[in-house]
Amino acid sequence: MADFMQQVVVGLSSGSIYASLALALVLIHRATGVINFAQGEMATLSTYIAWTLTTNHGWSYWPAFAFTLIASFVGGVAIHQGVIRPNEKGSVLRVVIVTIGLLLAINGLVTLIWSGEVRAVPSPFPTRTIEIGGVAISIQDIGTIGVVLATVVVLWLMFQYTKVGLAMRAAAVNPAEARLVGVRVTWMLSLGWGLAAVLGAISGMLAAPSVFLDPNLMAALLIYAFAAAVLGGIDSPIGAVVGGLVLGVGLNLLGTYVDFVGADLRLPGALLVILVVLLVKPSGIFGKTEVKRV
Amino acid sequence: MLLRLDGVEARYGPVQALRGISLEVPEGSVVAVLGANGAGKTTTLRAVSGTVRRSGSIEFAGKPLHGGPEAVARAGIAHVPEGRGTFTELTVVENLRLGAYTRRERNLDSDIDRVSKWFPWIPDRAQQPAGTLSGGEQQMLAVARALMARPRLLMLDEPSLGLAPMIVREIFRIVRELNEREGLTVLVVEQDARIALQTASTAYVLEVGRVAVSGPSDELKENESVRRSYLGY
Repeated sequence: MADFMQQVVVGLSSGSIYASLALALVLIHRATGVINFAQGEMATLSTYIAWTLTTNHGWSYWPAFAFTLIASFVGGVAIHQGVIRPNEKGSVLRVVIVTIGLLLAINGLVTLIWSGEVRAVPSPFPTRTIEIGGVAISIQDIGTIGVVLATVVVLWLMFQYTKVGLAMRAAAVNPAEARLVGVRVTWMLSLGWGLAAVLGAISGMLAAPSVFLDPNLMAALLIYAFAAAVLGGIDSPIGAVVGGLVLGVGLNLLGTYVDFVGADLRLPGALLVILVVLLVKPSGIFGKTEVKRV
Repeated sequence: MLLRLDGVEARYGPVQALRGISLEVPEGSVVAVLGANGAGKTTTLRAVSGTVRRSGSIEFAGKPLHGGPEAVARAGIAHVPEGRGTFTELTVVENLRLGAYTRRERNLDSDIDRVSKWFPWIPDRAQQPAGTLSGGEQQMLAVARALMARPRLLMLDEPSLGLAPMIVREIFRIVRELNEREGLTVLVVEQDARIALQTASTAYVLEVGRVAVSGPSDELKENESVRRSYLGY
Protein backbone atom coordinates (compact mmCIF):
# COMPACT_ATOMS: atom_id res chain seq x y z
CA MET A 1 0.00 0.00 0.00
CA ALA A 2 2.80 2.41 0.92
CA ASP A 3 4.45 1.59 -2.36
CA PHE A 4 1.20 2.24 -4.22
CA MET A 5 0.75 5.65 -2.58
CA GLN A 6 4.34 6.47 -3.38
CA GLN A 7 3.73 5.72 -7.04
CA VAL A 8 0.59 7.86 -6.99
CA VAL A 9 2.61 10.82 -5.75
CA VAL A 10 5.29 10.26 -8.39
CA GLY A 11 2.47 10.11 -10.96
CA LEU A 12 0.94 13.34 -9.66
CA SER A 13 4.33 15.00 -9.96
CA SER A 14 4.82 14.12 -13.63
CA GLY A 15 1.09 14.66 -14.15
CA SER A 16 1.33 18.23 -12.92
CA ILE A 17 4.09 18.87 -15.46
CA TYR A 18 1.79 17.53 -18.20
CA ALA A 19 -1.04 19.62 -16.76
CA SER A 20 0.93 22.83 -16.97
CA LEU A 21 1.83 22.31 -20.64
CA ALA A 22 -1.68 21.04 -21.40
CA LEU A 23 -3.13 24.18 -19.87
CA ALA A 24 -0.91 26.23 -22.17
CA LEU A 25 -2.30 24.34 -25.18
CA VAL A 26 -5.87 24.83 -23.96
CA LEU A 27 -5.43 28.58 -23.38
CA ILE A 28 -4.29 29.08 -26.95
CA HIS A 29 -6.84 26.70 -28.42
CA ARG A 30 -9.67 28.50 -26.66
CA ALA A 31 -8.50 31.90 -27.84
CA THR A 32 -7.16 31.20 -31.30
CA GLY A 33 -8.80 27.90 -32.21
CA VAL A 34 -5.51 26.22 -33.06
CA ILE A 35 -3.14 23.76 -31.44
CA ASN A 36 0.19 25.46 -30.89
CA PHE A 37 2.68 22.83 -32.01
CA ALA A 38 5.54 25.12 -30.97
CA GLN A 39 4.42 25.14 -27.32
CA GLY A 40 6.98 22.50 -26.36
CA GLU A 41 9.87 24.19 -28.15
CA MET A 42 8.97 27.54 -26.62
CA ALA A 43 9.21 25.82 -23.23
CA THR A 44 12.58 24.32 -24.16
CA LEU A 45 13.90 27.76 -25.06
CA SER A 46 12.66 29.10 -21.72
CA THR A 47 14.36 26.26 -19.88
CA TYR A 48 17.67 27.02 -21.62
CA ILE A 49 17.38 30.63 -20.50
CA ALA A 50 16.97 29.48 -16.89
CA TRP A 51 19.87 27.02 -17.28
CA THR A 52 22.15 29.74 -18.69
CA LEU A 53 21.32 32.13 -15.87
CA THR A 54 21.97 29.58 -13.12
CA THR A 55 24.94 27.73 -14.64
CA ASN A 56 26.82 30.42 -16.56
CA HIS A 57 25.87 33.58 -14.73
CA GLY A 58 25.71 32.34 -11.19
CA TRP A 59 22.09 33.30 -10.50
CA SER A 60 20.43 31.37 -7.75
CA TYR A 61 17.49 29.24 -8.80
CA TRP A 62 14.39 31.23 -7.88
CA PRO A 63 15.47 34.61 -9.28
CA ALA A 64 16.39 32.79 -12.50
CA PHE A 65 13.00 31.08 -12.42
CA ALA A 66 11.19 34.40 -12.02
CA PHE A 67 13.25 36.12 -14.70
CA THR A 68 12.59 33.24 -17.10
CA LEU A 69 8.85 33.52 -16.54
CA ILE A 70 8.93 37.23 -17.37
CA ALA A 71 11.09 36.65 -20.44
CA SER A 72 8.78 33.84 -21.57
CA PHE A 73 5.74 36.06 -21.16
CA VAL A 74 7.31 38.80 -23.26
CA GLY A 75 8.41 36.21 -25.81
CA GLY A 76 4.93 34.70 -26.03
CA VAL A 77 3.36 38.12 -26.60
CA ALA A 78 6.01 38.93 -29.22
CA ILE A 79 5.45 35.65 -31.08
CA HIS A 80 1.73 36.31 -31.23
CA GLN A 81 2.10 39.91 -32.37
CA GLY A 82 4.94 39.24 -34.80
CA VAL A 83 4.24 35.83 -36.27
CA ILE A 84 0.73 34.62 -35.49
CA ARG A 85 -1.30 37.82 -35.80
CA PRO A 86 -0.33 38.53 -39.43
CA ASN A 87 -1.58 35.04 -40.31
CA GLU A 88 -4.76 35.03 -38.25
CA LYS A 89 -6.89 36.45 -41.06
CA GLY A 90 -6.17 33.31 -43.07
CA SER A 91 -7.45 29.80 -42.46
CA VAL A 92 -6.93 27.85 -39.24
CA LEU A 93 -4.65 25.50 -41.17
CA ARG A 94 -2.39 28.40 -42.05
CA VAL A 95 -1.87 29.28 -38.39
CA VAL A 96 -1.27 25.63 -37.53
CA ILE A 97 1.41 25.43 -40.22
CA VAL A 98 2.98 28.61 -38.87
CA THR A 99 3.21 27.00 -35.42
CA ILE A 100 4.88 23.94 -36.96
CA GLY A 101 7.32 26.29 -38.66
CA LEU A 102 7.95 27.94 -35.29
CA LEU A 103 8.63 24.51 -33.77
CA LEU A 104 11.38 23.88 -36.32
CA ALA A 105 12.76 27.40 -36.09
CA ILE A 106 12.99 27.47 -32.30
CA ASN A 107 14.45 23.97 -32.20
CA GLY A 108 17.10 25.07 -34.69
CA LEU A 109 17.79 28.27 -32.79
CA VAL A 110 18.23 26.41 -29.50
CA THR A 111 20.62 23.90 -31.07
CA LEU A 112 22.55 26.74 -32.70
CA ILE A 113 23.00 28.68 -29.47
CA TRP A 114 23.43 25.90 -26.90
CA SER A 115 24.47 22.93 -29.12
CA GLY A 116 22.82 19.55 -28.84
CA GLU A 117 24.83 18.58 -25.78
CA VAL A 118 22.91 17.10 -22.86
CA ARG A 119 23.03 19.32 -19.75
CA ALA A 120 22.24 18.63 -16.15
CA VAL A 121 19.84 21.13 -14.64
CA PRO A 122 19.91 21.75 -10.90
CA SER A 123 16.72 21.17 -9.01
CA PRO A 124 15.42 23.84 -6.67
CA PHE A 125 14.20 21.12 -4.34
CA PRO A 126 16.26 18.64 -2.32
CA THR A 127 16.03 15.09 -3.64
CA ARG A 128 15.69 13.56 -0.20
CA THR A 129 12.46 12.02 0.83
CA ILE A 130 10.25 12.66 3.77
CA GLU A 131 7.94 10.16 5.31
CA ILE A 132 4.24 10.89 5.62
CA GLY A 133 2.19 8.13 7.23
CA GLY A 134 4.69 5.45 6.22
CA VAL A 135 4.87 6.70 2.62
CA ALA A 136 8.25 7.98 1.46
CA ILE A 137 7.73 11.01 -0.73
CA SER A 138 10.46 12.97 -2.47
CA ILE A 139 10.50 16.66 -1.71
CA GLN A 140 11.08 17.33 -5.39
CA ASP A 141 7.75 15.70 -6.25
CA ILE A 142 5.90 17.71 -3.63
CA GLY A 143 7.58 20.91 -4.82
CA THR A 144 6.69 20.21 -8.44
CA ILE A 145 3.05 19.55 -7.60
CA GLY A 146 2.98 22.63 -5.36
CA VAL A 147 4.40 25.00 -7.97
CA VAL A 148 1.95 23.86 -10.64
CA LEU A 149 -1.07 23.94 -8.34
CA ALA A 150 -0.13 27.43 -7.14
CA THR A 151 0.15 28.58 -10.75
CA VAL A 152 -3.23 27.10 -11.60
CA VAL A 153 -4.87 28.80 -8.62
CA VAL A 154 -3.33 32.18 -9.49
CA LEU A 155 -4.51 31.84 -13.10
CA TRP A 156 -7.98 30.83 -12.01
CA LEU A 157 -8.25 33.81 -9.66
CA MET A 158 -7.08 36.08 -12.46
CA PHE A 159 -9.64 34.78 -14.96
CA GLN A 160 -12.44 34.79 -12.41
CA TYR A 161 -11.96 38.03 -10.53
CA THR A 162 -9.97 40.55 -12.57
CA LYS A 163 -11.15 42.84 -15.31
CA VAL A 164 -8.44 41.72 -17.70
CA GLY A 165 -9.21 38.06 -16.96
CA LEU A 166 -12.87 38.61 -17.75
CA ALA A 167 -11.95 40.45 -20.95
CA MET A 168 -9.68 37.57 -21.99
CA ARG A 169 -12.53 35.10 -21.51
CA ALA A 170 -14.91 37.35 -23.43
CA ALA A 171 -12.41 37.71 -26.28
CA ALA A 172 -12.00 33.93 -26.42
CA VAL A 173 -15.69 32.99 -26.45
CA ASN A 174 -17.02 35.81 -28.62
CA PRO A 175 -14.43 38.13 -30.17
CA ALA A 176 -16.87 40.18 -32.29
CA GLU A 177 -19.04 40.94 -29.28
CA ALA A 178 -16.02 41.65 -27.11
CA ARG A 179 -14.83 44.33 -29.53
CA LEU A 180 -18.25 46.01 -29.34
CA VAL A 181 -17.89 46.47 -25.58
CA GLY A 182 -14.46 47.95 -26.15
CA VAL A 183 -12.16 44.98 -25.47
CA ARG A 184 -8.97 45.12 -27.56
CA VAL A 185 -9.25 41.52 -28.66
CA THR A 186 -5.89 41.18 -30.39
CA TRP A 187 -4.07 42.25 -27.23
CA MET A 188 -6.10 39.80 -25.18
CA LEU A 189 -4.98 37.03 -27.53
CA SER A 190 -1.38 38.20 -27.17
CA LEU A 191 -1.79 38.10 -23.41
CA GLY A 192 -3.06 34.53 -23.78
CA TRP A 193 0.06 33.59 -25.74
CA GLY A 194 2.18 35.23 -23.06
CA LEU A 195 0.48 33.26 -20.27
CA ALA A 196 0.75 30.05 -22.29
CA ALA A 197 4.48 30.65 -22.71
CA VAL A 198 4.75 31.13 -18.93
CA LEU A 199 2.93 27.84 -18.27
CA GLY A 200 5.18 26.07 -20.76
CA ALA A 201 8.27 27.55 -19.12
CA ILE A 202 7.10 26.26 -15.74
CA SER A 203 6.60 22.76 -17.08
CA GLY A 204 10.00 22.82 -18.82
CA MET A 205 11.88 24.08 -15.79
CA LEU A 206 10.19 21.54 -13.52
CA ALA A 207 10.77 18.67 -15.93
CA ALA A 208 14.42 19.36 -16.76
CA PRO A 209 16.05 18.40 -13.41
CA SER A 210 14.83 14.82 -13.64
CA VAL A 211 15.30 14.18 -17.38
CA PHE A 212 18.29 16.40 -18.31
CA LEU A 213 18.15 19.24 -20.78
CA ASP A 214 18.68 18.91 -24.52
CA PRO A 215 17.01 20.64 -27.48
CA ASN A 216 14.38 17.89 -27.63
CA LEU A 217 13.48 18.14 -23.94
CA MET A 218 9.80 18.78 -24.59
CA ALA A 219 9.14 16.53 -27.59
CA ALA A 220 7.74 13.65 -25.56
CA LEU A 221 6.20 15.97 -22.98
CA LEU A 222 4.19 17.67 -25.68
CA ILE A 223 2.59 14.32 -26.57
CA TYR A 224 1.68 13.76 -22.93
CA ALA A 225 0.28 17.29 -22.78
CA PHE A 226 -1.80 16.67 -25.92
CA ALA A 227 -3.14 13.50 -24.35
CA ALA A 228 -3.95 15.36 -21.13
CA ALA A 229 -5.69 18.19 -22.98
CA VAL A 230 -7.69 15.83 -25.18
CA LEU A 231 -8.62 13.70 -22.18
CA GLY A 232 -9.88 16.68 -20.20
CA GLY A 233 -11.46 18.46 -23.16
CA ILE A 234 -9.39 20.67 -25.41
CA ASP A 235 -11.36 23.79 -24.48
CA SER A 236 -11.54 23.17 -20.74
CA PRO A 237 -8.82 24.62 -18.46
CA ILE A 238 -10.02 22.47 -15.54
CA GLY A 239 -10.04 19.52 -17.91
CA ALA A 240 -6.39 20.12 -18.82
CA VAL A 241 -5.35 20.09 -15.18
CA VAL A 242 -7.43 17.05 -14.23
CA GLY A 243 -6.47 15.31 -17.48
CA GLY A 244 -2.78 15.89 -16.77
CA LEU A 245 -2.98 14.54 -13.24
CA VAL A 246 -5.08 11.51 -14.24
CA LEU A 247 -2.73 10.74 -17.11
CA GLY A 248 0.37 11.12 -14.93
CA VAL A 249 -0.95 8.83 -12.22
CA GLY A 250 -2.48 6.35 -14.66
CA LEU A 251 0.63 5.95 -16.79
CA ASN A 252 2.90 5.72 -13.77
CA LEU A 253 0.77 3.02 -12.15
CA LEU A 254 0.59 1.10 -15.44
CA GLY A 255 4.35 1.39 -15.85
CA THR A 256 4.99 0.20 -12.32
CA TYR A 257 2.51 -2.61 -11.95
CA VAL A 258 1.98 -3.93 -15.46
CA ASP A 259 5.21 -5.65 -16.41
CA PHE A 260 5.07 -5.37 -20.16
CA VAL A 261 4.37 -1.61 -20.09
CA GLY A 262 7.39 -0.69 -17.99
CA ALA A 263 9.03 2.61 -18.82
CA ASP A 264 9.06 2.08 -22.57
CA LEU A 265 5.38 1.87 -23.36
CA ARG A 266 4.25 5.01 -21.53
CA LEU A 267 4.45 7.25 -24.57
CA PRO A 268 2.47 4.83 -26.75
CA GLY A 269 0.06 4.67 -23.81
CA ALA A 270 -0.46 8.44 -24.09
CA LEU A 271 -1.04 8.12 -27.83
CA LEU A 272 -3.57 5.39 -27.13
CA VAL A 273 -5.38 7.75 -24.74
CA ILE A 274 -5.56 10.39 -27.49
CA LEU A 275 -6.92 7.85 -29.95
CA VAL A 276 -9.51 6.35 -27.61
CA VAL A 277 -10.80 9.71 -26.35
CA LEU A 278 -11.13 11.06 -29.88
CA LEU A 279 -13.05 7.94 -30.90
CA VAL A 280 -15.29 7.59 -27.87
CA LYS A 281 -15.82 11.11 -26.53
CA PRO A 282 -14.09 13.73 -28.69
CA SER A 283 -15.11 16.54 -26.33
CA GLY A 284 -13.19 14.94 -23.44
CA ILE A 285 -14.27 14.67 -19.82
CA PHE A 286 -15.03 18.34 -19.22
CA GLY A 287 -15.47 19.67 -22.74
CA LYS A 288 -18.82 20.74 -24.06
CA THR A 289 -20.10 18.84 -27.04
CA GLU A 290 -20.04 21.23 -29.92
CA VAL A 291 -23.41 21.97 -31.38
CA LYS A 292 -23.38 23.51 -34.82
CA ARG A 293 -26.41 25.39 -35.99
CA VAL A 294 -27.13 25.09 -39.66
CA MET B 1 -26.54 67.03 -33.19
CA LEU B 2 -25.19 63.98 -31.38
CA LEU B 3 -24.71 61.77 -34.44
CA ARG B 4 -24.56 62.86 -38.06
CA LEU B 5 -24.06 60.58 -41.05
CA ASP B 6 -23.37 62.21 -44.40
CA GLY B 7 -23.15 60.20 -47.61
CA VAL B 8 -22.05 57.03 -45.82
CA GLU B 9 -21.29 54.07 -48.06
CA ALA B 10 -20.36 50.52 -47.11
CA ARG B 11 -19.86 47.28 -48.97
CA TYR B 12 -19.45 43.58 -48.26
CA GLY B 13 -17.05 42.44 -50.96
CA PRO B 14 -18.70 43.21 -54.28
CA VAL B 15 -22.09 43.93 -52.73
CA GLN B 16 -22.73 47.57 -51.96
CA ALA B 17 -24.93 47.65 -48.88
CA LEU B 18 -25.08 51.42 -48.28
CA ARG B 19 -25.26 53.86 -51.19
CA GLY B 20 -24.90 57.18 -49.45
CA ILE B 21 -26.89 57.32 -46.25
CA SER B 22 -27.39 60.66 -44.51
CA LEU B 23 -29.15 60.85 -41.19
CA GLU B 24 -29.12 62.81 -37.96
CA VAL B 25 -29.75 61.83 -34.37
CA PRO B 26 -30.38 64.83 -32.06
CA GLU B 27 -29.22 64.57 -28.44
CA GLY B 28 -31.99 63.20 -26.22
CA SER B 29 -34.10 61.77 -29.03
CA VAL B 30 -35.19 58.33 -30.17
CA VAL B 31 -34.62 57.82 -33.89
CA ALA B 32 -35.80 54.75 -35.79
CA VAL B 33 -34.44 53.23 -38.99
CA LEU B 34 -37.00 51.16 -40.85
CA GLY B 35 -36.96 49.13 -44.01
CA ALA B 36 -37.23 45.70 -45.54
CA ASN B 37 -34.66 42.93 -45.24
CA GLY B 38 -31.47 43.87 -47.05
CA ALA B 39 -32.28 47.58 -47.12
CA GLY B 40 -29.13 48.36 -45.15
CA LYS B 41 -30.52 48.93 -41.67
CA THR B 42 -28.07 46.69 -39.83
CA THR B 43 -25.21 47.89 -42.02
CA THR B 44 -25.99 51.48 -41.04
CA LEU B 45 -25.39 50.65 -37.38
CA ARG B 46 -22.35 48.58 -38.26
CA ALA B 47 -20.95 51.52 -40.22
CA VAL B 48 -21.28 53.69 -37.13
CA SER B 49 -19.67 51.15 -34.80
CA GLY B 50 -16.89 50.45 -37.28
CA THR B 51 -17.61 46.75 -37.71
CA VAL B 52 -17.85 47.22 -41.47
CA ARG B 53 -15.50 49.23 -43.68
CA ARG B 54 -17.20 52.51 -44.51
CA SER B 55 -16.62 55.75 -46.36
CA GLY B 56 -18.35 59.12 -46.14
CA SER B 57 -18.53 61.20 -43.02
CA ILE B 58 -19.71 60.16 -39.57
CA GLU B 59 -19.63 62.75 -36.81
CA PHE B 60 -20.29 61.98 -33.16
CA ALA B 61 -20.71 64.88 -30.71
CA GLY B 62 -19.16 67.23 -33.25
CA LYS B 63 -16.07 65.13 -33.89
CA PRO B 64 -15.37 62.76 -36.78
CA LEU B 65 -15.78 59.14 -35.71
CA HIS B 66 -12.90 56.89 -36.76
CA GLY B 67 -11.57 53.45 -36.02
CA GLY B 68 -12.94 50.06 -35.15
CA PRO B 69 -15.54 49.07 -32.59
CA GLU B 70 -13.09 49.31 -29.66
CA ALA B 71 -12.57 53.02 -30.39
CA VAL B 72 -16.26 53.67 -31.03
CA ALA B 73 -17.19 52.04 -27.71
CA ARG B 74 -14.69 54.33 -25.98
CA ALA B 75 -16.24 57.36 -27.69
CA GLY B 76 -19.50 56.60 -25.84
CA ILE B 77 -21.58 54.54 -28.27
CA ALA B 78 -23.07 51.25 -27.09
CA HIS B 79 -24.10 48.93 -29.91
CA VAL B 80 -26.47 46.06 -29.13
CA PRO B 81 -26.16 43.91 -32.25
CA GLU B 82 -28.83 41.84 -33.92
CA GLY B 83 -29.59 38.51 -32.28
CA ARG B 84 -29.17 39.36 -28.57
CA GLY B 85 -25.47 39.96 -28.34
CA THR B 86 -24.75 38.52 -24.94
CA PHE B 87 -21.86 36.33 -23.90
CA THR B 88 -23.90 33.17 -23.41
CA GLU B 89 -21.09 31.29 -21.64
CA LEU B 90 -20.55 34.03 -19.08
CA THR B 91 -22.82 34.78 -16.16
CA VAL B 92 -25.32 37.62 -16.10
CA VAL B 93 -23.17 39.68 -13.75
CA GLU B 94 -20.05 39.02 -15.86
CA ASN B 95 -21.93 40.29 -18.90
CA LEU B 96 -22.76 43.45 -16.96
CA ARG B 97 -19.16 43.89 -15.81
CA LEU B 98 -18.03 43.62 -19.42
CA GLY B 99 -20.53 46.30 -20.37
CA ALA B 100 -18.60 48.70 -18.16
CA TYR B 101 -15.25 47.60 -19.63
CA THR B 102 -14.41 51.01 -21.08
CA ARG B 103 -14.97 52.76 -17.76
CA ARG B 104 -12.41 53.24 -15.03
CA GLU B 105 -14.64 52.65 -12.00
CA ARG B 106 -13.72 49.54 -10.07
CA ASN B 107 -16.84 49.32 -7.96
CA LEU B 108 -19.76 48.58 -10.24
CA ASP B 109 -22.32 47.67 -7.58
CA SER B 110 -24.18 50.97 -7.81
CA ASP B 111 -24.33 50.68 -11.60
CA ILE B 112 -25.65 47.14 -11.36
CA ASP B 113 -28.28 48.39 -8.92
CA ARG B 114 -29.15 51.17 -11.35
CA VAL B 115 -29.74 48.84 -14.32
CA SER B 116 -31.55 46.36 -12.06
CA LYS B 117 -34.15 49.09 -11.49
CA TRP B 118 -35.06 48.67 -15.17
CA PHE B 119 -34.75 44.90 -15.18
CA PRO B 120 -35.79 43.74 -11.70
CA TRP B 121 -35.12 40.04 -12.43
CA ILE B 122 -31.38 40.63 -12.81
CA PRO B 123 -30.25 40.31 -9.15
CA ASP B 124 -31.91 36.89 -8.80
CA ARG B 125 -30.23 35.58 -11.93
CA ALA B 126 -26.86 37.27 -11.44
CA GLN B 127 -24.81 34.07 -11.23
CA GLN B 128 -26.61 32.23 -14.02
CA PRO B 129 -24.93 31.80 -17.43
CA ALA B 130 -26.56 34.19 -19.89
CA GLY B 131 -27.22 31.28 -22.25
CA THR B 132 -29.74 29.83 -19.79
CA LEU B 133 -31.96 32.94 -19.97
CA SER B 134 -35.00 33.13 -22.22
CA GLY B 135 -34.72 35.00 -25.52
CA GLY B 136 -36.48 38.04 -24.10
CA GLU B 137 -34.29 38.10 -21.02
CA GLN B 138 -31.16 37.82 -23.15
CA GLN B 139 -32.29 40.81 -25.20
CA MET B 140 -32.94 42.74 -22.01
CA LEU B 141 -29.55 41.70 -20.65
CA ALA B 142 -27.96 43.01 -23.85
CA VAL B 143 -29.65 46.37 -23.25
CA ALA B 144 -28.67 46.32 -19.56
CA ARG B 145 -25.08 45.56 -20.51
CA ALA B 146 -25.08 48.48 -22.93
CA LEU B 147 -26.37 50.76 -20.15
CA MET B 148 -23.45 49.72 -17.92
CA ALA B 149 -21.18 51.68 -20.26
CA ARG B 150 -23.20 54.85 -19.50
CA PRO B 151 -23.31 55.53 -23.22
CA ARG B 152 -24.19 58.84 -24.81
CA LEU B 153 -25.82 56.91 -27.65
CA LEU B 154 -27.49 53.52 -27.50
CA MET B 155 -27.82 51.68 -30.82
CA LEU B 156 -30.30 48.79 -30.87
CA ASP B 157 -30.45 46.39 -33.79
CA GLU B 158 -33.85 44.72 -34.19
CA PRO B 159 -34.64 44.23 -30.52
CA SER B 160 -37.91 42.53 -31.53
CA LEU B 161 -36.24 39.74 -33.50
CA GLY B 162 -37.76 36.39 -32.61
CA LEU B 163 -39.56 37.64 -29.50
CA ALA B 164 -43.21 37.41 -28.47
CA PRO B 165 -45.24 40.62 -28.98
CA MET B 166 -45.67 41.13 -25.24
CA ILE B 167 -41.91 41.01 -24.65
CA VAL B 168 -41.33 43.37 -27.57
CA ARG B 169 -43.75 45.90 -26.07
CA GLU B 170 -41.99 45.56 -22.71
CA ILE B 171 -38.57 46.23 -24.27
CA PHE B 172 -39.80 49.28 -26.18
CA ARG B 173 -41.55 50.58 -23.06
CA ILE B 174 -38.22 50.44 -21.24
CA VAL B 175 -36.44 52.16 -24.13
CA ARG B 176 -39.03 54.94 -24.08
CA GLU B 177 -38.73 55.41 -20.33
CA LEU B 178 -34.94 55.41 -20.47
CA ASN B 179 -35.23 58.19 -23.00
CA GLU B 180 -37.84 60.18 -21.07
CA ARG B 181 -36.40 59.81 -17.57
CA GLU B 182 -32.66 59.59 -18.17
CA GLY B 183 -32.46 61.50 -21.42
CA LEU B 184 -30.77 58.59 -23.18
CA THR B 185 -30.35 59.06 -26.92
CA VAL B 186 -31.37 55.97 -28.90
CA LEU B 187 -30.92 54.93 -32.52
CA VAL B 188 -33.03 51.84 -33.13
CA VAL B 189 -33.19 49.67 -36.24
CA GLU B 190 -36.46 47.80 -36.44
CA GLN B 191 -38.44 45.57 -38.74
CA ASP B 192 -41.63 46.12 -36.73
CA ALA B 193 -42.48 49.58 -38.06
CA ARG B 194 -45.57 50.01 -35.94
CA ILE B 195 -43.86 49.81 -32.56
CA ALA B 196 -40.81 51.68 -33.81
CA LEU B 197 -42.91 54.62 -34.99
CA GLN B 198 -44.75 54.66 -31.66
CA THR B 199 -41.45 54.92 -29.81
CA ALA B 200 -39.33 57.16 -32.02
CA SER B 201 -39.80 60.86 -32.64
CA THR B 202 -38.12 60.69 -36.04
CA ALA B 203 -37.72 57.84 -38.51
CA TYR B 204 -35.80 57.04 -41.66
CA VAL B 205 -37.05 54.47 -44.15
CA LEU B 206 -34.28 52.73 -46.11
CA GLU B 207 -34.62 51.11 -49.49
CA VAL B 208 -31.68 49.34 -51.16
CA GLY B 209 -29.05 51.27 -49.26
CA ARG B 210 -30.59 54.74 -49.57
CA VAL B 211 -32.91 56.84 -47.46
CA ALA B 212 -36.26 56.65 -49.26
CA VAL B 213 -38.39 58.71 -46.86
CA SER B 214 -37.69 60.41 -43.57
CA GLY B 215 -39.46 62.69 -41.16
CA PRO B 216 -41.27 62.92 -37.83
CA SER B 217 -42.90 59.60 -36.88
CA ASP B 218 -46.38 61.11 -36.86
CA GLU B 219 -46.03 62.25 -40.46
CA LEU B 220 -44.61 58.92 -41.59
CA LYS B 221 -47.54 57.08 -40.01
CA GLU B 222 -49.82 59.08 -42.33
CA ASN B 223 -47.60 58.64 -45.38
CA GLU B 224 -49.49 56.55 -47.94
CA SER B 225 -46.59 54.42 -49.20
CA VAL B 226 -45.04 53.90 -45.76
CA ARG B 227 -48.41 52.79 -44.49
CA ARG B 228 -48.94 50.34 -47.29
CA SER B 229 -45.40 48.93 -47.35
CA TYR B 230 -44.52 48.81 -43.68
CA LEU B 231 -47.63 49.15 -41.59
CA GLY B 232 -49.89 46.97 -43.71
CA TYR B 233 -53.12 48.96 -43.76
